[in-house]
Amino acid sequence: MDEARIARLEKKYSRKATEKMGPGPGPGPGRGPGRGGARMPGGKPQDAGRTIRRLFSYIGKDKWKLVIFIICIIVYTVASLAGSYMLRPVINNLVSEDGSRETLFRSLVMMGCIFAVGIIAQYLQSRIIIVVSQNALKKLRDDLFRKIEKLPVRFYDTNNHGDIMSRFTNDVDTVGEMLNNTVNQLISGAITIVGTFALMVYTNIYLTMITVIMAPLMILAGRAVAGRSRRYYKQQQAALGTLNGYIEETVTGQKVVKVFCHEEIAEEEFSYLNHDLCRKQIKAQFFGGIMGPVMGNLSQVSYSLTACIGGILCVLRGFDLGGLTIFVNYSRQFARPINEISMQVNTIFSALAGAERVFDVMDREPEPADKADAVSIIDKDGCFYYEAAPGAGGLSAEYAAVHGSRMKGAVTVEHVTFGYVPEKTILKDVSLYAKPGQKIAFVGSTGAGKTTITNLINRFYDIDAGRILIDGIDIRDIRRDDLRKCIAMVLQDTHLFTGTVRENIRYGRLGATDAEVEEAARMASAHSFIMRLEHGYDTMLEGDGANLSQGQRQLLNIARAAISKAPILILDEATSSVDTRTEKHIERGMDRLMAERTTLVIAHRLSTVRNANAIMVLENGEIIERGDHDDLLAMHGRYYNLYTGLCELE
Amino acid sequence: MKRYGKYIKPYLSAFILGPVMMIVEVVGEVMLPAMMADIINIGAANRDIPYMITKGIMMVIMAFTMMVGGMGGAYFAAKAAMHFGRDLRKDLFQKVQKFSFANIDSFSTGSLVTRLTNDITQMQNVIMMGLRMMLRAPGMLIGAVIMAFTMNASLALIILIVAPILAIAIGTIIRIAFPRFELMQKKLDHLNSNIQETLTNVRVIKSFVRGEYEEERFSESNEALMEAGLNAFKVVIIQMPIMTFAMNATVIAVVWFGGNQILGGSMPVGDLTAFTTYVTQILMSLMMLAMVLLQSSRAVASSRRIGEVLDTEIDLKDDDAVNKDKVVTDGRIEFKHVSFRYYKDNHEKVLDDIDFTIEAGQTVGIIGSTGSGKTTLVQMIPRLYDVDEGEVLVDGVNVKDYCLHHLRNGVSMVLQKNVLFSGTILENLQWGDEHATEAEIRAAADAAQADVFVSSFPQGYETELGQGGVNVSGGQKQRLCIARAMLKKPKILILDDSTSAVDTATEAKIRECFRTTLRHTTKLIIAQRISSVMDADLILVMEEGKVVGMGCHDELLASCHAYQEIYDSQMDREVGA
Repeated sequence: MDEARIARLEKKYSRKATEKMGPGPGPGPGRGPGRGGARMPGGKPQDAGRTIRRLFSYIGKDKWKLVIFIICIIVYTVASLAGSYMLRPVINNLVSEDGSRETLFRSLVMMGCIFAVGIIAQYLQSRIIIVVSQNALKKLRDDLFRKIEKLPVRFYDTNNHGDIMSRFTNDVDTVGEMLNNTVNQLISGAITIVGTFALMVYTNIYLTMITVIMAPLMILAGRAVAGRSRRYYKQQQAALGTLNGYIEETVTGQKVVKVFCHEEIAEEEFSYLNHDLCRKQIKAQFFGGIMGPVMGNLSQVSYSLTACIGGILCVLRGFDLGGLTIFVNYSRQFARPINEISMQVNTIFSALAGAERVFDVMDREPEPADKADAVSIIDKDGCFYYEAAPGAGGLSAEYAAVHGSRMKGAVTVEHVTFGYVPEKTILKDVSLYAKPGQKIAFVGSTGAGKTTITNLINRFYDIDAGRILIDGIDIRDIRRDDLRKCIAMVLQDTHLFTGTVRENIRYGRLGATDAEVEEAARMASAHSFIMRLEHGYDTMLEGDGANLSQGQRQLLNIARAAISKAPILILDEATSSVDTRTEKHIERGMDRLMAERTTLVIAHRLSTVRNANAIMVLENGEIIERGDHDDLLAMHGRYYNLYTGLCELE
Repeated sequence: MKRYGKYIKPYLSAFILGPVMMIVEVVGEVMLPAMMADIINIGAANRDIPYMITKGIMMVIMAFTMMVGGMGGAYFAAKAAMHFGRDLRKDLFQKVQKFSFANIDSFSTGSLVTRLTNDITQMQNVIMMGLRMMLRAPGMLIGAVIMAFTMNASLALIILIVAPILAIAIGTIIRIAFPRFELMQKKLDHLNSNIQETLTNVRVIKSFVRGEYEEERFSESNEALMEAGLNAFKVVIIQMPIMTFAMNATVIAVVWFGGNQILGGSMPVGDLTAFTTYVTQILMSLMMLAMVLLQSSRAVASSRRIGEVLDTEIDLKDDDAVNKDKVVTDGRIEFKHVSFRYYKDNHEKVLDDIDFTIEAGQTVGIIGSTGSGKTTLVQMIPRLYDVDEGEVLVDGVNVKDYCLHHLRNGVSMVLQKNVLFSGTILENLQWGDEHATEAEIRAAADAAQADVFVSSFPQGYETELGQGGVNVSGGQKQRLCIARAMLKKPKILILDDSTSAVDTATEAKIRECFRTTLRHTTKLIIAQRISSVMDADLILVMEEGKVVGMGCHDELLASCHAYQEIYDSQMDREVGA
């Protein structure tokens, strides 16, 4: 493999790896717990105090439980200190002249009692915190979910799904990790350190000096190792990300690799990345692996020194044997809580950063609330009626005339201007009118603004200038949920839910009967293929209907829209994946579906829009031609060119 | 297990040295308490200060030796495990490269990727942990038991009672907790797919105003997850207190019985401390063993999944090809009574008795509704799948008799699911011919009508494409893929619905270029639009795996019902008829 290619490979994939590190790994089925660590313990939290207070509100409602929890930690830590200290009198009793079995027995019973209390407290604290933290995590997830449900579509446009997912998974997990372990370890660690040190000083001040010298040494050694370990671990993760990215891309395009006989080159490139990873892995794993031996054996050094000097002190200074025994135990354990606490610091940082990312979503602006006097639309057995808000407010008076009248479905778009971002206007001064029951078609290149118009009608986005009226009512004066209920949409990207075929169709109207479901399926010409599925309407659809063809999924989407009796229907490339012959066959069903509904159709295939009452040709956000099929052909303009295949729809 | 021998062998020394070095650490750990006991029993009792200092220095040296052992163990374990993983990963990747299309179909892409990434990493980690713990945990267990028994056999009996009880307790906890954690993982997956679904379907949810309904659904699976989590954690949190209990109870028993012996004068007091240390070590190593076993069980699953890939039989090989040197020179294609199905236990044939001949240099259109077998048909030509019955001949030679490399170099195919790779446009086009000159690349791009837009990019052919070519439009992507395929200078070029997103005018230009620059190449074009195939020399109409019409446009329009139907569905009757 020549050097130029290596350089190219490195450039290509190192860049990708860093991109991937940013927003955290995307979700995916079969992602084992092993990969959770792929994300580095994230950045430092911004405002720790506020985040902690906010997190506390999730666990704070069980105040008395928390109090017991903390008491339990104190009790079991103190108990284990005290219990081990009991060994001193016990041993001193054994070696003294007047040592007796009675004293031994009494001491041991007491020691047993202390230990027993400690064990019970230890169990209680973990039991309490599990319940508290699991409940807190559940509430956190619930709140987060409820929040994202209310966020405007714009939020989903600007945030990638992997990133939102990782807030639900990784970020909530790190918070859970902290709740489960950190508090407990911090408190008990601190007590252990202080308590042990006090007992050490109390037992023997000279021997304590050894620990005082050794402890900082160990901390320094630990830091040195941990620093390198972190650095190499980062390199390892980057190399792993690179290699995994390469694997993913190659295996995804495996068929192309084969068709182009590209296997050997792929193997070479893979091999290079694989070797690179291996080198970095060995370093990272080595430094990760020596942390234990280095720290553990420095403890052993401290233990040995204590034993030796302690023994000498026994001889020269009459230091008691019991004291020596507990002292060696203490000196060996002293490093443990220090390490634990220093490790918890990382956990706390990443948990707070995680919590901040969760709260960040919760703080986003939701879709604006409905006006207090917004008009409601009531669904009475599939007929929709307006209902002006009660009260003497100005607006309700304005719409008092429509109160009780049936919704007809006239759509008026008046001088609408809109852009997803302020700098870029997508729609410029668009006006159109659809009479109830009419079919209006939109034709134009990608990015011309066809889908945008439909997104404005059901208020996925709110317009910048102009207004949209339904039956003469400004849609901003209608309750948003009611408005959406009376507009049925079929989108180009088919979206199905895990569940049976029947459930998926019924999604359009939850109260629909089985007969109505079948009726809707027939109308969408989906009935015949559904009956050919293994369990008919009860066939389970998994993963967005992976077991169906794209065309079949589109038919199910149409059925779902058909079952809702909404007076306005939006078809956004609804039959783009159905082949032309099948489309011809389902035409009659579609005609029935569109009859009595105001329909807005977006289609790539011009044959689908030919019989529309009016066709709008859009270009760069403006309607450049309008009229019915014959008018437009006669115009010999853009539509004529499209229709006769003279220009591209791309 | 046998298959892993070849990955261990080259690094055998590391595989052995790793655990051996760890033993150094274990020996020290077991020896230290005994030496400490000596200081008390001999040194302090005899007031022998030089003895105590010697012992102390020995202990410190021992501790440093242990550190070296531990570090060495970590090094060799890492080296062994990472090399093992590297070689295994390489073999796995090579195996996947050898996969036939049918092999690829039998695994989902996602699962193949997981096996190559997560599963290997999992195995690496377990091997590394295994090498470090393999001798350490049992070594410490055995060493501590031996020391305890030599020091005081009667007192050591306590361990014999406590250890099995503790082992059983831990075993029981793991046995109860394990399935509960699995259940929790399932609930977690369920919750995640629930969120995932909501994210992708947000427009549907909003347009049908199903927010509350989704919230309920989410809340239910969230509740279930919490319940499952509580159920699992409830069990494991018992482990720590039980461990503490076992430890404390043993210490008390040791002190009680040992104390009596000390009072009776049959045991030196220094042994008591050493003894409690051994007890702790024994119980700790039991815990460690349990952990190792638990971890390995996860590696077993990974190993099985890796084995599945390695054991997959490559069902399409050119080992028996009799005409290995033959290359495609003309591009004549013959199908002789070909039948095929993807799954051998399926009744319905995807291709049913297909029989036709295409002369070299002809342009052939293939049309038919979705699922009629068009794609399957053309995939037989570069032998991406093997026929069940009949035979496919290229230049009069059965495709099975070609060396795969030669055959596929002569047959270029633009797949329906087009894939571009991350990298520049130039790099992508070079897939067709690594050594193509810039002029050649431009010429191919020009013929595929791609040069027009590529030249308009500020960076031209050096423009970076995102993975899967996300930054070019569908039609542009298709044109790049056609250019890439043309660069192979094939004798047979197959376009599988590859111009669906290209407008008719541009498509006509591409077809025109085919006529002029690829005059001697046999061209097969699968299309949805009649206009794409109308002027072909020969049109095959397919329906349910059979060729139901064959001929030129006018002939088919006159005689083939299916063709007429497709024609009618696409042509404006007023204008077209």
